[in-house]
Amino acid sequence: MKYQSQAVAKPYFVAAIGLFVGQILFGVILGLQYVIGDFLFPEIPFNVARMVHTNLLIVWLLFGFMGASYYLVPEESETELFSPKLALITFWVFLVAGALTVLGYLLVPYATLAEMTGNSLLPTMGREFLEQPTITKIGIVIVALAFIFNIGMTVLKGRKTVVSLVLLIGLVGLAVFFLFSFYNPDNLVLDKYYWWWVVHLWVEGVWELILGSILAFVLIKTTGVDREVIEKWLYVIIALALITGIIGTGHHYYWIGAPEYWQWWGSIFSALEPLPFFMMTVFAFNMVNRRRRNHPNQAAVLWALGTAVMAFLGAGVWGFMHTLAPINYYTHGTQITAAHGHMAFYGAYVMIVLTMISYAMPMLRGRDAANSGMSQVVEMWSFWLMTVSMVFITLFLTGAGVLQTYLQRYTDDPMPFMVVQEKIEIFYWMREVAGVVFLLGLFVYIASFFIGGKEPEEA
Amino acid sequence: MHDHRTYPPGDLAIWIFILAELLVFAIFFAAYAFTRVGHVELFNTYQQTLDTNAALANTLALITSSYFVMRAVAAIREDNIKHCVRWLIAAIVMGLLFLLIKSAEYAQHYSHGINLRTNIFYMFYLSLTFFHFMHVIMGMVILASVAFMARRGKYSAADHTGVHTGASYWHMVDMVWLILFPLVYVMR
Repeated sequence: MKYQSQAVAKPYFVAAIGLFVGQILFGVILGLQYVIGDFLFPEIPFNVARMVHTNLLIVWLLFGFMGASYYLVPEESETELFSPKLALITFWVFLVAGALTVLGYLLVPYATLAEMTGNSLLPTMGREFLEQPTITKIGIVIVALAFIFNIGMTVLKGRKTVVSLVLLIGLVGLAVFFLFSFYNPDNLVLDKYYWWWVVHLWVEGVWELILGSILAFVLIKTTGVDREVIEKWLYVIIALALITGIIGTGHHYYWIGAPEYWQWWGSIFSALEPLPFFMMTVFAFNMVNRRRRNHPNQAAVLWALGTAVMAFLGAGVWGFMHTLAPINYYTHGTQITAAHGHMAFYGAYVMIVLTMISYAMPMLRGRDAANSGMSQVVEMWSFWLMTVSMVFITLFLTGAGVLQTYLQRYTDDPMPFMVVQEKIEIFYWMREVAGVVFLLGLFVYIASFFIGGKEPEEA
Repeated sequence: MHDHRTYPPGDLAIWIFILAELLVFAIFFAAYAFTRVGHVELFNTYQQTLDTNAALANTLALITSSYFVMRAVAAIREDNIKHCVRWLIAAIVMGLLFLLIKSAEYAQHYSHGINLRTNIFYMFYLSLTFFHFMHVIMGMVILASVAFMARRGKYSAADHTGVHTGASYWHMVDMVWLILFPLVYVMR
């Protein structure tokens, strides 16, 4: 660790991993509820479990992004963090607010939660992924502002690099677009229209900047390739990500009542969204091949390469599969969407956070540059267990989705939703098995932190 | 003449970017062509409402600007920074002329109440030309920053990758228009 204040990243990473476990536990519960409908009912109904599963994902990724920023920015800026104390305060505020919100989801009925938290004063609840009580949303904004202030001041007082600048633009974008979660018009078309400004412009817009800059940082550190080369790639990747991603929002506007031209704009631009991800893959492998040294932390390099590949497959290829309007007409909102969602989130955002944790955690725990060989082997096992099982989850859901699309919408005699759900049950069972393997992989991942002791590893 | 030219000229990154941009335009052009097959009459009718003279003037403006950019590259090859900057500014002025003429066309359409929802032809016409319009602006920003760097003495006969990079992008913007103009304005 080059700067003392980078240490504040550690609690963020620990919290991220803890919430990750919660997310996957609820994922396994949900997977079972697909086939055993009343499993854990009425204690944990499906809608609540789903809310917890998705909200925990977002919250732990945000913890991951913040931790990554607190580690990355001082090192890039070559100066201590502006205020480590503020970083720790926001950590606890965010963690407590997040925990209270999830407890609220689990302990009281959602309508009661809305009432208790004064949703009627400024109604923002009840929309997918934005289920958080309004006060939680306000809390998120305050935490985000304090965080960006802290990071921004650090960048301002130190060396300004492309990596930290791109990261900062991504983080500011994240905060700005979240503000649309407070806009909740009565008109359902308008509601959906701006809802996507949070959801789409996050994951297919500004988050890609965060992803790109973290990946660039880890590659600079682990390969020793010239910063100029990596920065140039980063520029091209984020330019493409923004050009395709921003207008690509249109692929959500096909059937919600927005003007028809979105079918063209959305199809054409979102069809090109795989491009920046493909370039990211070429970039990552290129840099690793041109490496000037063999970094002792091979686990981090594996995660970095894995991120590039899986993001391209999950976000790029699986997104492209159903992004064109004539195809989406049939596949909209089927299990194909779920397949894409799983692999894209895992490949792009889960893996980039784990890449950063893998790179930074050894230093945060007082090691030279890497964990012991033993620990890295266990970590790599967890990489393969989680990644391969996620591939299978995606394939099984894709199978379910294709069959669902056909039986429910494409065949001459379309069947009712629930009849189709029974017919695709086998895919749900197989997905659940893959999900359990993923959970085991996650346990192996956590075990890797406690295995192998402190002895440093030479390359 | 220096003849240690590299291929492709300019930074490799801009070529990746140019290829990606061309891919977007190619898909857009293909979509236009395939949609036209189903609506030949509608396309022909509304094509006649477009101002071909304005578009022709714009074509000349862009071709001239590309020539100016070429002269700027030639000038820097001879270490003539002053001329390089002048030719770049001349190219930017031609770009500005393009924007003015195109804006006048848009104003004309706007006054007739034409927008993206009027019909499928105007949807394509407005989308394609506006997307290209944005690229002209982008190209002008790139040329301006190249001119700025040239003035600060960042380029020389020995090292002027940046000038090539900007020139390559600008030629792409010009070339796309050379396809767009006949496709959307002229071909019946």
